[in-house]
Amino acid sequence: MDGHVLSVLSGAQLTLTVSLASLGVAIALGLLGAAAKLSQRRPLVALAGAYTTLVRGVPELILLLLVYYGGTIGLILLLERLGLEAEVNIDPFMAGVLTLGFIYGAFMTETFRGAMLAIPKGQAEAAWAFGMSPARTFFRITLPQMVRYALPGFTNNWLVLIKATALVSLIGLHDVTFHAMQAGAATREPFYFLLLAAAVFLAYTTVSLWALRALSRRYALGSTQVSL
Amino acid sequence: MNWDVLLLPETLALYAEGLVTTLWLLAGSLFFGGALSLLLALALTSRVAALRWLAGAYTYCIRGTPLLIQIFLIYYGIAQLEWIQARWDAVWPWTMFKDAFFCALLALALNNAAYTAEMLAGAMRETAPGELEAAQAMGMSRWQIQRRIVLPSALRRTLPAYGNEVVMMLHSTSLASTVPALIDLTAAASRIYADFFLPFEAFLFAAAIYLCITFMLVGVFKALEWRFLGHLRPRSH
Amino acid sequence: MKLKLFALLLALVSSFAVAQNPAVSPSPPPPAAQPAQAQNWPVLRVAVDATYKPFTYKTPAGQLTGFDVHIAQALCNEMRRRCVFVEQVWDGMIPGLLARKYDVIISSMSITDERRRVVDFTDKYYSTPSGIVVRTGTPFTGPASLRGMRIGVLKGSTQERFAMSQLRPAGAIIVPYDAQNQVYLDIQAGRLDGTVADRVEVTAGFLNRPEGRAFGFVGPELRDRRYFGDGMGIALRKGRDELRTELNNAIRAIRANGVYDRIARLYFDFDIYGD
Repeated sequence: MDGHVLSVLSGAQLTLTVSLASLGVAIALGLLGAAAKLSQRRPLVALAGAYTTLVRGVPELILLLLVYYGGTIGLILLLERLGLEAEVNIDPFMAGVLTLGFIYGAFMTETFRGAMLAIPKGQAEAAWAFGMSPARTFFRITLPQMVRYALPGFTNNWLVLIKATALVSLIGLHDVTFHAMQAGAATREPFYFLLLAAAVFLAYTTVSLWALRALSRRYALGSTQVSL
Repeated sequence: MNWDVLLLPETLALYAEGLVTTLWLLAGSLFFGGALSLLLALALTSRVAALRWLAGAYTYCIRGTPLLIQIFLIYYGIAQLEWIQARWDAVWPWTMFKDAFFCALLALALNNAAYTAEMLAGAMRETAPGELEAAQAMGMSRWQIQRRIVLPSALRRTLPAYGNEVVMMLHSTSLASTVPALIDLTAAASRIYADFFLPFEAFLFAAAIYLCITFMLVGVFKALEWRFLGHLRPRSH
Repeated sequence: MKLKLFALLLALVSSFAVAQNPAVSPSPPPPAAQPAQAQNWPVLRVAVDATYKPFTYKTPAGQLTGFDVHIAQALCNEMRRRCVFVEQVWDGMIPGLLARKYDVIISSMSITDERRRVVDFTDKYYSTPSGIVVRTGTPFTGPASLRGMRIGVLKGSTQERFAMSQLRPAGAIIVPYDAQNQVYLDIQAGRLDGTVADRVEVTAGFLNRPEGRAFGFVGPELRDRRYFGDGMGIALRKGRDELRTELNNAIRAIRANGVYDRIARLYFDFDIYGD
């Protein structure tokens, strides 16, 4: 029995890894997507628009199965077309991280776009007047201010992302859910192990909420908050 | 790419069966989840601390755990309990737990109720204080205030977020494919993939169907927002 | 408030875990560790579905073990290769092989003509029949006796094909599952009336356990070549004849030098190889 509990807890570690890795991909794609949407260049805006519409219109499970089962074959075919002979392999971890990152990148795009739009235009104009390059403006002026506006949406996306990682158990990744179902089926006591897995997720979401709330308090310093 | 396999009558029949199940799951979970969410929202904003605490604990647990685990818990976990097993052959309502569709529907409805309740409660808390004061000055009872002032405007305010939630629910129904014996759209696609080894064709077709339904739902909600939130539309004069 | 609620939940759940009586049955040890020089040997990625006692399963400590796993390790040692096990759900076994996620499947896969169309097989390394399992005492004169009964099968298995072709037309309701041990969960729960499974696997995984006491085999041993093929072999991608020859030689070698028998005796008290 102990061994099974330990395997569920080891799965908890993998769940966290997958979540954080996917978050990284999602943030990167989100920044790119938001930049594309705000760039005012038609093809970029259209591309980013297609990206967010597509991702928010198709269930995550379907995208995950598509990437996992079709991805390797697709990549091999693509490489063969290009004349390269490579041994590629999309293992469940990569499939999970790429898919989840891709999906939540779309949600982050909207969050970051809204946050960037919320920054008063005067800030960017002042930076330009000072002679700051676009890159400098972004990192020293836009980004820090964007964090405050983006935090509520970011928190939401992160919480949804953590829970979505449970789906990787369906493509055979040994996360918390996978181990819980295996242990439960082997011992014929799925109820306890599933509750344990649920408790792990609750722990992650609680800690995340606490940390992100502390962060939003820190970033709200200096701004006036309306109290009702 | 071998798209012909999708045109076989058996394939189309399987997808059709999956689509019908998906739509029933969506409608059912929205209906029962919606009804439950109304009660939960009233509990979340109630003056009775115990009610607030209970409803709050419920939404905290449901929103803090993945839907997949909730589905497994209801389908496999509950079935393990001897208390249930002793009753579910003869005693209603426990007989329903044997059915795969019921288990999936229950999990989806409970999940939907938690999220919608929080949205609704948030909107209810944003009711303009002036309206509440005016209603109290008119001598309305608490229940009258809820029914005539708070709920109508709260329901309107929730509309955009609720539209989002409905689309999320559609996507969540794809998790019903993990319940054995239930053929929803995703399960149909998986079956075609397994039978013919054609991942792209099978899953892209299902994705296209989901996309169509999503667009329809978004269109419906845009129309609803136009009608009910028309006062917030940017004015030309 | 949330923190207190959460702490309460955690305490509740851990109390469940602690209060269980571990019903640990002695299980054969995990395969012997590879010899030291194995680090330099070329890798052979082996796919297994670890939900199929006693052929591939996990000990309570979470270690991969089972007849298939032991045989795979023995073959690797014989071929001077380093076995790396990859767990895969049964349904995704052949697709995964074709997608080059691993090199071979050593997971009790039956050699059938249907599968031969997409993959190659080595010679068999064991052979067991399948059987229909329902509650003991159910009158059985043929597939028609199962009319209206709910029979669980593993998705993508030979038993599923048999059930769909022979039992479904006679009126049985066939329900495919992602893992065989989930079938047993639902039989125990009462959602299923029986299953069609490998006779050895279902004996170890279900009939010999308390929840399977009221169940038993009905009907003859199922060996029909059309569905169940010619024994269990190792699957590999088409065109890899060199690897195939290597594996066949290794199988012959371990049968000749007694390693096979030693492993078989760990699990079975009858001849698993069949004829």
